[in-house]
Amino acid sequence: MALLSIHNYLTTYLVFGAMLFSLGIYGLVTRKTLIGMLIAAELMLAGVSINFMAFNRFLAPDPSIGQIFTLFIMAIAAAEAAIGLSIVVAVYRHYKTVDAEELVNLKG
Amino acid sequence: MTPVPSPELFSADGMAGLIFLIMIGVTLAGGFIAATAERLVRALSGIVICFTGVAGFYYFLNSPFMAMMQILIYVGAICVTISFAIMLAAPEQQLKSSPSNLLSGPVGFMIAALIFGGMSALALTTEWQASPKTASGSGREIGIHLLTTYSMIFELISIVLLIAIIGAIVIARGGRN
Repeated sequence: MALLSIHNYLTTYLVFGAMLFSLGIYGLVTRKTLIGMLIAAELMLAGVSINFMAFNRFLAPDPSIGQIFTLFIMAIAAAEAAIGLSIVVAVYRHYKTVDAEELVNLKG
Repeated sequence: MTPVPSPELFSADGMAGLIFLIMIGVTLAGGFIAATAERLVRALSGIVICFTGVAGFYYFLNSPFMAMMQILIYVGAICVTISFAIMLAAPEQQLKSSPSNLLSGPVGFMIAALIFGGMSALALTTEWQASPKTASGSGREIGIHLLTTYSMIFELISIVLLIAIIGAIVIARGGRN
């Protein structure tokens, strides 16, 4: 597989999506603030969407279905970001911090 | 999959391949910044770069409509919302100074590397079966599908978005006197 034509292969996109997904997981487990975790979660969603679009382009019989699915993923991600960020703002107003290690009120 | 012959560098295909390689690098750099930068504003800039690169990937995947949506929704809406949340809720410099827990550091890196290795091995070793195309996937077809086959889901997703907006306002307002 020549380097200049790798955009014609399905595995390129799959490996790239896996890379974005694992970067998101790395950010999710290492971040200490809630907003940083949310940013990492968006990174994971981007990796998943690339996976969907790649399968849609190379394997699916009707390529519009996968695009519609990815559009719905985007809408859910937007709703998730809005709710998550409003929770972050509410938590910050209550505890004066968004550090996940200091929010221990419910810890057993 | 049938192998594609390598194009000349100074041809349309070659330049497309070159742009694709540059885009991979830029997108990965943005994702790396987003996952590892110490300050949240830099992580946000990283994710803006990463999302723009992902929109370019959608162009290469025959879907300019999704590329536009990616820039509009992710870069235009979600990243702006996150930047407002950073301004509202994270005034102190978020440096990695507090004592690290078990998962941060080598263990977190190991987990991410294991997941990446496993998924790439699966993607590289599986024999993917392509089915013959029955449609082209143009913007017109997406619109027809959205208003006929998937009209119910389309309505549901708009209701979910509406409830999310109202819920965000209610949650963020609570506690203010």
